[in-house]
Order: sequence, then structure tokens, then C-alpha cells
Amino acid sequence: MVDKNNTKILAKDVDVFYSEKQALNKISMDIKEKEVTALIGPSGCGKSTFLRCINRMNDLIEICKVSGSIKVDNEEIISSATDVVSLRSKIGMVFQKPNPFPKSIFDNVAYGPSIHGLADTKSDLENIVITSLKKAGLYNEVKDRLNEPGTSLSGGQQQRLCIARAIAVNPEIILMDEPCSALDPIATAIIEELIDELRLNYTIIIVTHSMQQAARVSQKTCFFHLGELIETGDTNKIFTNPDNTKTQDYITGRFG
Amino acid sequence: MFFWSIVLILIGIYSSYIFGQSRIKKLVYSTNLKPKSQYNYHAQYVLSWCLLPALIVYFSWAVFEEQIIQNLILDSFEYVEGAAYDDGLLLAEIRNVANNTDFSEGKSKEIINAASQYKSLKLTSEISFYISIIIIMVLGSLYAVRKINIQFNAQDTIEKYIKYILIFCSSIAVLTTIGIIFSLIFESFRFFSQVSIFEFLFSTEWYPFIPIREGQAAAEGSFGAVPIFAGTFLIMIVAMCVAAPIGLLTAIYLSEYASQKVRKTVKPLLEILAGIPTIVYGFFAFVTVAPFVKSFGQSIGIDASPTSALAAGLVMGVMIIPFISSLSDDVINSVPQNLREGSLGIGANKAETIKKVILPAALPGIVGAFLLAISRAIGETMIVVVAAGTAANLTANPFENVTTVTVQIVVALIGDQEFDNPRTLSAFALGLVLFVITLSLNVLALRIVKKYRERYE
Repeated sequence: MVDKNNTKILAKDVDVFYSEKQALNKISMDIKEKEVTALIGPSGCGKSTFLRCINRMNDLIEICKVSGSIKVDNEEIISSATDVVSLRSKIGMVFQKPNPFPKSIFDNVAYGPSIHGLADTKSDLENIVITSLKKAGLYNEVKDRLNEPGTSLSGGQQQRLCIARAIAVNPEIILMDEPCSALDPIATAIIEELIDELRLNYTIIIVTHSMQQAARVSQKTCFFHLGELIETGDTNKIFTNPDNTKTQDYITGRFG
Repeated sequence: MFFWSIVLILIGIYSSYIFGQSRIKKLVYSTNLKPKSQYNYHAQYVLSWCLLPALIVYFSWAVFEEQIIQNLILDSFEYVEGAAYDDGLLLAEIRNVANNTDFSEGKSKEIINAASQYKSLKLTSEISFYISIIIIMVLGSLYAVRKINIQFNAQDTIEKYIKYILIFCSSIAVLTTIGIIFSLIFESFRFFSQVSIFEFLFSTEWYPFIPIREGQAAAEGSFGAVPIFAGTFLIMIVAMCVAAPIGLLTAIYLSEYASQKVRKTVKPLLEILAGIPTIVYGFFAFVTVAPFVKSFGQSIGIDASPTSALAAGLVMGVMIIPFISSLSDDVINSVPQNLREGSLGIGANKAETIKKVILPAALPGIVGAFLLAISRAIGETMIVVVAAGTAANLTANPFENVTTVTVQIVVALIGDQEFDNPRTLSAFALGLVLFVITLSLNVLALRIVKKYRERYE
């Protein structure tokens, strides 16, 4: 059994610049294995930017420059030598807006395993797809229509499809960028339950605007403000007795 | 007449504007009430009642003047018994004499009389034109000024006039199109009354010759358009073989791989390629590509003709690359970014993402781009006129001479021809078929593109 307090991700002095504008300033934190860590803070505080550093998604933005050090399983990832493809197969990502591919439900989930060659036979692939859909709590709803387009599902189902798609490649970490902001309260509740289950097997980092959500699903909470990490700690502590007055002001709704 | 009538109309515009403005100002001053519209709308109202009738007079003069004068001249012309006259030639002669002040020797008395009559009629017409345009402008302004009062809503009325003017302008474009279509259809009917429609659509012999003199021994022409359509199709295939892969790969490079800076430079450059006059492509095809194709054909043991489907098709392909690349680039760019991120986030590399996610998502739009390019290729004329030849061969060998619909239309209309024989009329039938094909391709392409857009918005 792995020690509960094993560090999975260790960030040290991470700076991010968009052209001249500094978006993150000397962020250092460690994220524990098999816990849910919530990143909270007002809009534009850099929490999504930090999330996207972890799987190098910021590479897609031409003007974005990242410096500092992020170690995943003790391996440096902010380096030109990093194998981004294998890094991303180890770190799944779920986006703000559900983004199923314009393919069938089955092909959406099978996409990752087939490009990484995880399945040797067709039945292997089917197994992976079905297991992933079950883990994402979607299988019972879609088992009779796996060949219908993924875009035909409801918003909440689409988001769970995207989670199934992410876990189909056996990631160790799942990044969630405001996964519920486009969903209604019922779909949100289902996803939150799902996050709680997934915690047993995955390290989850979730960016959220909803403080209730952070309080409900996370064990650790990090509060960002204006590109700086203001406070980090156990969720219970942050929400009941924060050290910093800014954190206090934000969680009590005085700004943000 | 042109210069002075412009001056007159400008004076009319200015004075009617001032007239209207001073009128409403005076009304406001005397009644001490607030008018319904601002001063300048009242002025514009008077102005439009001055200008529009003047323009109507001007254009009706421009259209009917010559016709009426000609009829008067011909009516009163002293025909000499026994001589043969052609109205057109006669009028031309009279006009020449009238415009040339020193009457040339040897003109008959009737012509000289008619010429001086023509000149006096012209003068009368000019004077009455000036008088009537002044009268109509004054009457129009007076009518409008009488309608002006404090309660009058000039702004609404002007709005209405503007709407009518806009409707008029847009209906000109629409009516012209409809007119062209109908003339195509009617002339095609005339063609099909002389040549059976089945021969035209299904026969494979195209010899659009007609006997020049009556009783000439020359063979009757035959009008089977199959080789022409086959030639068009062959050249289109060659062109698409060049343009589809190059255009699509260019689009992928521009939208997915190139940096913003490269994209901003290369895309306009490519679009310049679309601005080169097609005749320039034409002689490029003829001077450079066709000889190359011929020698290439010979080197692999195929006897190529000096102008060939391959040469024309290759150059046409280059010509439509920018259509395909530019349109496909737009389509690929409008695939939502979050699909890219979704795929890359799973650990797919760029090529896999493009092949498996982006292109399938963009496919309908890309097909639309291809269809637009094809319809452009089919309608293209100059390259094929110069580089493909004019012989209507039914062949699938791209090294041979072929001909296309557009080339045959050019051939049919070149030279001094009357529009009463199947040779010239065939141009309309070919044009009609071409129109139907390109129209349906365009409609299909636009539908596909639109459907695709709706899916993401």
C-alpha cells in the first residue's frame, strides 16, 4: 500500500508569462497522491494556467512561456527533453466545456487506447471501453447506443463521456478545468459523486469557481489570487479557519 | 448635351435643397411650432422631387431620342423609285453626312436633305430637352414645397424613398440574372428546334460545321456534346488531382503547423495566386507546360500532342490551389479548439489529432471547398482555349487534345456569325448545360458548408 502522503506533483517557483504579462508568480506547491486538490480563486487569478502547466497544454499557446520546475513522480516536466505525449497519456484532462469528438460514443472512448496501442484485439478494446464507461458511471445509460454520436448525449453525459475518454488510457492524474461550469445542478451532483469515487484510484486536481464544490469534493485546497498562491492547506482548515485574510475575504464572498 | 444637363441637374439639386430648407424655416418662424422632422429632411424631400423626375426625363431622352428621330427621318425620306434601300445603311449614311459639316461630293440630293433634316431635328430635340428638364424640376420642387408644413413627417417619407431606391438597385442585379437565364433558355430552345436534344446529349460526334453557301457539298454538321463534356471532365480530373492534395496539405500546414506570423504572410500570398488573370496562366500553360508535357510524353514513349488535356489540367490545378487551400484553411480553423485540446490531452500527437479528429470534423466543409473549386475549374475558359486545343476528341488519354464546353462556346461565337444557325446557337445550349452544372455544384457546396457550420454553433 502506497503511503497516503506520497507527493505526486511537486511544483517549485513556477513563473508563467503571456508575452510580457506575468500570469503566475513563483508558484510552489506539492500535490499528494490519490487526493482531490481544488484550485480556487477569482477569474484571471492563474489557476487554470497552473493546471495547464501540469500537462504542458500551455505549449499550444504560442506566446506562453513557462519557467521553474514541476516534477511529476520526481521527473522534471518543464524541459524541452520531456516526452509530452507520454506525459499527457499519464495525465488525463477534462475541460470546462464537454468536448466529445464528432465520433460515436464507442470511438470517443476507444480513441486514446487505440492511438497508444493499449489493446491488441478488438475484444480487448471493447473491454477497455466498457470498463472506462462503467468507471465514469455512464455505461448503463449508453450501453444500447454505443454507435450513436457522442454529441447526441446531454451535457452532463457528454462530460462523463469525456471523463471515460480520459481514464481509458490509464492515467494516474486527472486534471479537471471547471468540469461542471456548463452543467445543471443535477448533472453537477452526479459528476461530484463520480470525482469522489475516482479519488480512490487517481490523483485529481480540479479548478472550480464554486467554493461549495471545492468544499464538497476536495481534501486539499489552494487559493490563488492575482497570479500568486496565497494559501494552501486542508480543505477543512481553509474553509473554516484560513490563515490569510485574503482567503477569508474570498471564501466569505467579500470579493471575487 | 451630357455636360450641360449635368450642370443643370446640379443647379436644380442645389436650389431645390435651399428652397425646401428656407421654406420650412419660414414656416417654423411664422407659426412658432416645432416641426415633425428636422430641416434637412424637408430639404431632402424637395430635392428628391426635383432630382428623380429630372433623371427620368434624362434617361428617357437618352433611350428614345435617337429612335424617334430615325423614325421621323425614314418616314419623310424621299425614296427614289426603283432603288434598293437598307434602313440601317441609309441611316448610317445620313448620320455621317450630318455630322460632317462639309458635305462630301457625290452625295445624292435626298441624302443631303435628310441630313439637314436630321440636324434640325437634333437641335429641336436638344432645346426641348433642356426646356422640359427645367420645367419638370421646377414643377417637382413646387409640388414638394406645397406639401411641406409643420405636421409633415419628411423624415419618414425620405426613409421610404431610400427603401425604394435600394429595392430598385437590387432588383436590377436580380433581373439581369433572370434575363440572362431566360435568354440562355430561349436561345437553347431555338437550338434544340434545329438539333435534337438526344443528339446533343448522347451523340459522340461533334462537328459543328454548317454549309456556308446553299447547296454546298459540305457535310451536315453534327452536334453530339458528349466529347466536349468528356473533355471538360478529363481536364477537371487532372486539375483536381493537382489541386486537391496540394491545396488540402497547404491548408493543414497553414492552420495547424504554421506560426501566426507565417500564416499571416503566406495566406495573402496564396490569395494573390487567385488574382492572376487566367489568360496569363493560359500562356504559361501553352509556352512552358505544354512543351514539357510533350517531351515528357515522348520520353516515356507516348505520343503527346503539342496542346493537351494534361498541360491545361496541370495549370488549372495550380490556379485553383488557392481556392481549396484558403477555404479549407477557414474550415479547419473553425473546428473548435477544445477538440484539439481534447485529443492532445489524451496524449495524441499532432498528426494523429489532425488525421483522426480535425479532418473528420472538417470533412463536410472541405468537400464544399472542393466542389466550389470544381465548379470554378469547369467554368474556366482562357487556360483551356490556349492550352487544351479545340478538337472534340472522345478520349481518356490526358496526352491528347481535348476540348471543353467553354472552349466550344468561344469557337462557336468567334467570327462573323448570324444567330440563326445551329453552330452559333450551340453556344447557348452549351452555356445552359454549363450553367446548370455549376449552379447545382455551388448550391450543393453551400448547403454542405452551411450544414457543417450549424453543427458547431
